[in-house]
Amino acid sequence: MTDAAEPALQIDRLACVRGDCELFRELSFAIGDGELLHLKGHNGSGKTTLLRALAGLLLPESGEIRWHGQNIRSLREEYSRHLLYLGHLNGIKGDLTAVENLRIGAVLDGFDLDDKRAWQVLGDIGLRGREDLPTKHLSQGQKRRVALARLLVNSARVWILDEPFTALDVAAVQLLQDVIHAHVDGGGIAIVTTHQEVAMIGEHTRTIVLGAGHV
Amino acid sequence: MFEPLLWIIRRDLTIAMRRRSDIFTTLIFFVIVVSLFPLGIGPELETLRLIAPGIVWVGALLASMLALEQIFSADHRDGTLEQMLLTPQPVSILVIGKVLAHWLVTGLPLVVMAPLLGLQYDLSAAGLGALMVSLLLGTPALSLIGAIGAALTLGLRSGGVLLALLVLPLYIPVLIFGAGAVEATVSGLGGASHLSMLAAILVASLVLAPLATSAALRVAED
Repeated sequence: MTDAAEPALQIDRLACVRGDCELFRELSFAIGDGELLHLKGHNGSGKTTLLRALAGLLLPESGEIRWHGQNIRSLREEYSRHLLYLGHLNGIKGDLTAVENLRIGAVLDGFDLDDKRAWQVLGDIGLRGREDLPTKHLSQGQKRRVALARLLVNSARVWILDEPFTALDVAAVQLLQDVIHAHVDGGGIAIVTTHQEVAMIGEHTRTIVLGAGHV
Repeated sequence: MFEPLLWIIRRDLTIAMRRRSDIFTTLIFFVIVVSLFPLGIGPELETLRLIAPGIVWVGALLASMLALEQIFSADHRDGTLEQMLLTPQPVSILVIGKVLAHWLVTGLPLVVMAPLLGLQYDLSAAGLGALMVSLLLGTPALSLIGAIGAALTLGLRSGGVLLALLVLPLYIPVLIFGAGAVEATVSGLGGASHLSMLAAILVASLVLAPLATSAALRVAED
């Protein structure tokens, strides 16, 4: 259906409107395997909106997003299989423990994660000793780490991360950077918004600035 | 397909067990509403027997509506709902799981409690049996239909009132056949036909409501 040279994810003349305000229009770009896209722009320039559109949560005003040549609207669950989206909200339940959150997320994402591996991953991400506390008792940064633990167990090709570094301490920022770069080096795609300039520099990094003219 | 369904049910039941107060509010509301009528009307058994099916059913209807808002609102607030929409699982399966868990927590206690409340109205044993069976068939349908309204009003301010206005008219058929089944049994006509209609409504809402609900959830997250 598609030739090998075609980038995996194509954005074609996308326009998004929030309320009465047009955030961007005629936005076209493509991302291929092994690329990291750093999305920049001032507050309110439409970064989150663009990411939500790319995840398929939000219907763009016009234009389309194609995954291997097919509109993601028609692919739906088939596209979701390749996708990991982490938004402003952590997407974890405060009444469940970190292990439970991670395991349920895994089952819903379509793979099995046993208890032992869940404990191990949460330990790796710096939550040792907190694995079976209800996450509502954790700090902001620790909750963020629980959410980010999904990155370590998931096999999704496309990562869409909205401000993943917020609330994280220096060690966690470093760890997350390494994880993202390892994902990209392994042929994955990462689309990230962040205000932390240093974090995103790598040989495959591309930058798009929203709100200051178009790409 | 069934594994995610079971996990969703287990997840929601675990959460419900860890915050038990939410369960009891629905049940206590039901008990109080249904108990108020005999107190207000007085101990005329003839009158009480006559109004029993309607009162218990309206009480169950209002109680289950009261609980509707909780189905999706917490998941919407903490972002787990948007994550569910992004999984490779069909959203309607997840909706069925959530509604089923919600019914087990808020609907099933009503079914179990109803015969006890029916005693206040001097319902016969056959009448109590019919009441229980009709609620057993009817309340899951209420939860399924109500889930559409809950999804449509998700994230709205004053969504609660709007939810009632949206959902109550849709509850009317369930009310008519539910209360009708009890009445017909008490009067000796037999409630089988009413109960079959209730079962039909349950099956229809089991097929259609999750589809409508998942479409509404996608709009709510847009």
